[in-house]
Amino acid sequence: MSTPFLSVQNLSKRFKAPKGEDALTVFENVNLGIEKGEFVCIIGHSGCGKSTILNILAGLDEPSEGGVIMNGKEVSGPSLDRGIVFQNYSLLPWLSALKNVTFAVQARHKSWSKKQVHEHSMKYLEMVGLAGGAELRKPSQLSGGMRQRVSIARAFAIQPELLLLDEPFGALDALTRGSIQDELIRIWSGSDQTVFMITHDVDEAILLADRILLMTNGPYARVAESVQVEIPRPRERANIIHHSDYYDIRNHLVEFLATRSKALAGKQEDGGTSEPSIVRFGAHGVLSDPKDDRKPAVSRAK
Amino acid sequence: MLASLNARALLLSLVLLAVLLGLWEAASPKQQLAGELTEYELLMGGGEPKAAVPPPSAVFAKAWEELSDPFYDAGPNDKGIGIQIGYSLYRVLSGYFLAAAIAIPVGFLIGMSPLMYKALDPFIQVLRPISPLAWMPLALFVIQDSQASAIFVIFICSIWPMLINTAFGVAGVRKDWVNVARTHELGALKTAWIVILPAAAPTILTGMRISIGIAWLVIVAAEMLVGGTGIGYYVWNEWNNLDLTSVVFSILVIGVVGMLLDTAFAYCARLVQYQE
Ligand SMILES: Nc1ncnc2c1ncn2[C@@H]1O[C@H](COP(=O)(O)OP(=O)(O)OP(=O)(O)O)[C@@H](O)[C@H]1O
Ligand SMILES: [Mg+2]
Repeated sequence: MSTPFLSVQNLSKRFKAPKGEDALTVFENVNLGIEKGEFVCIIGHSGCGKSTILNILAGLDEPSEGGVIMNGKEVSGPSLDRGIVFQNYSLLPWLSALKNVTFAVQARHKSWSKKQVHEHSMKYLEMVGLAGGAELRKPSQLSGGMRQRVSIARAFAIQPELLLLDEPFGALDALTRGSIQDELIRIWSGSDQTVFMITHDVDEAILLADRILLMTNGPYARVAESVQVEIPRPRERANIIHHSDYYDIRNHLVEFLATRSKALAGKQEDGGTSEPSIVRFGAHGVLSDPKDDRKPAVSRAK
Repeated sequence: MLASLNARALLLSLVLLAVLLGLWEAASPKQQLAGELTEYELLMGGGEPKAAVPPPSAVFAKAWEELSDPFYDAGPNDKGIGIQIGYSLYRVLSGYFLAAAIAIPVGFLIGMSPLMYKALDPFIQVLRPISPLAWMPLALFVIQDSQASAIFVIFICSIWPMLINTAFGVAGVRKDWVNVARTHELGALKTAWIVILPAAAPTILTGMRISIGIAWLVIVAAEMLVGGTGIGYYVWNEWNNLDLTSVVFSILVIGVVGMLLDTAFAYCARLVQYQE
């Protein structure tokens, strides 16, 4: 078994509790692999540790145990190869929307001229529908959704190998969300970027992902299941619901969030290496096999 | 509504001013009005035998006279108010900017490094509460120059608020913003320039504004001690001449210049202000 592009090994995160209380173990023994070019979504209840995992993948936070290996190299700090859309946008409030993107592009492409940087940045701002004056405003003068779009443009514009998205469409209305989802898929399928995305939206996950990771509730959360989404691409919002797998997957996810995330929660007594069980749907319904060692199918319509 | 509030506030201010001046004028002994005639003598250091707080009309007359020729220079004890203010401003600004040139980089260092913060904190805590004038004898002895000693006193009194506010502002930069710099692999210098400095600028400017206020307070006292030139010396000299009209006039001038300095820094603070 060759190591995948991104490999998370025995990852645990504990936060020291105030005053002698037991440390808070957010998650424990998280193991997963993500192939190059894969689009992976992770779903779990609020507070289970999704952002914490994402921050560790980004290199911003350190795990208490275990490690992350990307491209055969241990992740030991943040890098331009991993672009992030933060849950709280993290725009620099004293810079205009445009400058928030150009400084990132300039950091990525040090040799580019001002004009190149500007054009490249504008391309991505236009892509998220922020042009025609809005790009010159400061974040405080933009709506929540507009800020989120600036932060998306910033992450996309540096064209990182791995895109880490923390609920990137949370503050967007359905229409904008749809069009940016389409853009995300377009950019992703036109490149060999890998995407790791946190979402609370089950339908969004099925529409976008090759694979959906399901996390149990914390503390001692873990990635319990990995659901393959084998609905062929390109997926159309309107047609995807007619695919025979769609409702099977959707029901499985909703059922997980409603009951099993709780039932499976808690400390694993065996403490063994817990690879998520792989769940795939086909003509014969659910087929779950934890021993299944096969790589996820990375096929997509170009 | 806002405009009318401003207009009403202005009107109220003018009414209060008129009432205060009226009361002041009425409370002043009438015979002082004759002082106008002896103004020239007063200026020459003649001194008024029956000194009393002058009425506003006398102060206005004095102001008119002084401000119509602010830069005359008639020897060491008789210079125009403009020249005196100029000396004071020169001392304040050179001491102040010298302090800023040290306080801001050191504040950055302290703010960025918890080690430096802990190591330097005791020094700052002991040095900060020392009245700047307490340094004066030592400064005079070591520097052997009254002009430079006055500048040093300004330096030492304006350094602390800038140092502490810079350290505080730098240490308090939101972690999210620092993370933005980290994920974009900005070097230390770039991080300081693109993220930390703009993020901390409002706090730093608050410190600078406090410092300039203190420096302007201290320069008057310092110049009374070292003498020679400056607005502080001017006040003291006029007091020795028992020219209370000039004393009152220069008190007002000190107030106005202080206000202008503060306004200038408030304006700069607005330039670097940002809204989260
Ligand atoms: N710095 C910290 N110190 C202590 N506990 C923390 C810290 N950061 C996060 N936690 C805890 O870790 C847990 C996971 O937090 P995290 O932000 O990863 O949740 P999440 O899954 O992203 O939730 P959401 O969906 O609401 O964003 C929470 O219980 C939180 O209280
Ligand atoms: Mg989160």
